[in-house]
Amino acid sequence: MELKDKILSSYVAFENDMDMNSDIHEIRTKALENFEKLGFPSKKLEAWKYTSLNVILKNDYCLFPNKETPIDLANVKKYLIQEIDSYKVVFIDGKYNSFLSETTHDTIDVCLMSAALTKPKYKIVIENYFNKIAKQDNLTSLNTAFAKEGVYIYIPKNVEVQKPIQIVNFTTGAEIATMMQPRNLIVVEENAHVQIIERHQSLTSNAVLSNVVTEVFAARNTTIDYYKIQNDNLNASLVDNTYIEQKTNSEVSVHTFSFGGNITRNNLNFYQRGEHINSILKGITIIEEKQHVDHHTLVHHIEPNCESHQDYKGIYDERSTGVFNGKVVVEKEAQKTNAYQQNNNVLVSDKATVNAKPQLEIFADDVKCSHGCTIGQLDDDALFYMQQRGIPKKEGKALLMYAFANTVLDSVKIPEVKKRITKLIAQKLKVNIGFDL
Amino acid sequence: MILKINNLHSEVAGKSILKGLNIEVNAGEVHAIMGPNGAGKSTLANIIAGREDYEITEGIIELNGEDISELTPEERAHAGVFLSFQYPVEIPGVSVTNFIKTAINETRKARGLEDMPAKDMLQKIREKSELLEIDRKFLSRSLNEGFSGGEKKRNEIFQMAMLEPKLAILDETDSGLDIDALRIVANGVNKLKSKDNAVIVITHYQRLLDYIVPDFVHVLYDGKIVKTGDASLALELEAKGYDWIKQELVS
Repeated sequence: MELKDKILSSYVAFENDMDMNSDIHEIRTKALENFEKLGFPSKKLEAWKYTSLNVILKNDYCLFPNKETPIDLANVKKYLIQEIDSYKVVFIDGKYNSFLSETTHDTIDVCLMSAALTKPKYKIVIENYFNKIAKQDNLTSLNTAFAKEGVYIYIPKNVEVQKPIQIVNFTTGAEIATMMQPRNLIVVEENAHVQIIERHQSLTSNAVLSNVVTEVFAARNTTIDYYKIQNDNLNASLVDNTYIEQKTNSEVSVHTFSFGGNITRNNLNFYQRGEHINSILKGITIIEEKQHVDHHTLVHHIEPNCESHQDYKGIYDERSTGVFNGKVVVEKEAQKTNAYQQNNNVLVSDKATVNAKPQLEIFADDVKCSHGCTIGQLDDDALFYMQQRGIPKKEGKALLMYAFANTVLDSVKIPEVKKRITKLIAQKLKVNIGFDL
Repeated sequence: MILKINNLHSEVAGKSILKGLNIEVNAGEVHAIMGPNGAGKSTLANIIAGREDYEITEGIIELNGEDISELTPEERAHAGVFLSFQYPVEIPGVSVTNFIKTAINETRKARGLEDMPAKDMLQKIREKSELLEIDRKFLSRSLNEGFSGGEKKRNEIFQMAMLEPKLAILDETDSGLDIDALRIVANGVNKLKSKDNAVIVITHYQRLLDYIVPDFVHVLYDGKIVKTGDASLALELEAKGYDWIKQELVS
């Protein structure tokens, strides 16, 4: 049976376990109909021209893993950033793990989506925010249809959350391929501030496909820093659909570090509904073998006097392939918009490929929009210079790549995250540089 | 003997540049290599440092009695070769301090030594930057990025001071320097000179040789050393140009 049919026919059993009389059920059923109509994306769609899911869709995925696979909890802690005091919401095969987690209901809510979707206490927030900005597209609809578990974060007015929140999804799938549909909702009320770190990690050599949807609402005067660490193993694929709505005077930054995985697709969407908004989108991609990373970004400038800054760096070795599609829409009313987009790529191998496409749709006439895109090789003169000073070629190359990626690390506000990323870059480049940039 | 080059021939992109060059440099000596544009001066510097695009077709290069022609640039650096670049490369994102620390520790690693203790490193950086009158703030800037011509050259000599090479080749280090910077750079080089190391100064002009006084002056012309003399030869070249040497060669 094809994966799509398998998914559609599994829905009956899924909904039997849910409350069929809730509003959520209606949303789910509609989403399923939508997915039934659209199916999985194919390369015929403009947005998927350079990313094919065909190979990974052939796997016979288990849709609702329920077998407990014992894992060494002490051993997986390394995937969390432990050097900082943080809230943690950890899932293993989609199920909440209380041993590794630290949730809270003290002033703020850092807890489970399953609770938020069913308990009366959360009803109003869910009614106001759940599935309100997520697109009705193929994969988002698929996630919505099976939306059941994930992270629910609610930060009330005037709260500056002191500890970052880590979201970690482990997959163990000991015997079979596994498909996951995590669903997150993050609501940040006026004058609040929060930092979030998200990671998906497969602990199996079997195929994993995670199709994640995260909705983020940033009210007036909020600051949100979101870090996505994508360093999964070579059989794990990820489609990350993130939707962010910002109100006046808010600043939201998303840093995406893509170092691992088989196929990684990031659909990162910002909607600016207010004035003096700043949206920051940054990414470092370092991949090799036949890995594929696709960044599809959208910044929708709807009102005047807002800014957006995009800076994506990519380093591609061996037969790896990359895509950057950065869309900026400036509506007619969005005068004085300042939109900046930069995408620089280094091809380390002759066989690596990057498809880069800046896409600007500007309907206002008094705006500052810039975009730049480069694809190049490492500078031979710089390499020789370093070798002449005694730095071996391999380390020299790594140093050049570090330096190249450094502009993205500059804006990482949590030092421990910066340290971890620097370490991952060194690991990825197989060198020990001996200092942190 | 620190450097011995015998009958060196080389090609760059199929074009013959050096055509049987000989030179011997002993410890404690300063040699100047002068010559008109296109004679092969920079090629010689790059070939000694081991740049890959330059092919040796014939001849030998020995450092301290050992053939280095098959060594990589970093291996030559570890053996004590230093080239002060005519055009130092900008490396955004890597500070001067981090760069020199990495260079020193990689060199120590290659020699089987532990990393230099941080305290010693700081002490050495302070000492050598004072010698070259380099401001502290300058050391935390990205390597060569936005440096003036003079700053770049001073930074080259600072790195030389830190790395303490056996053989330092200064390729047109005087170009782009005003008189004050020239004096600082030359003073730095002179302080680093010892009976155990050697310096080769490649230059167009006599000016730098007022400050770094050579024991030997060689004229490089059409891929060969065609004339060797003492410091007075440089003055003669400055006054008369190179045409008389070309004529001497013809006759």
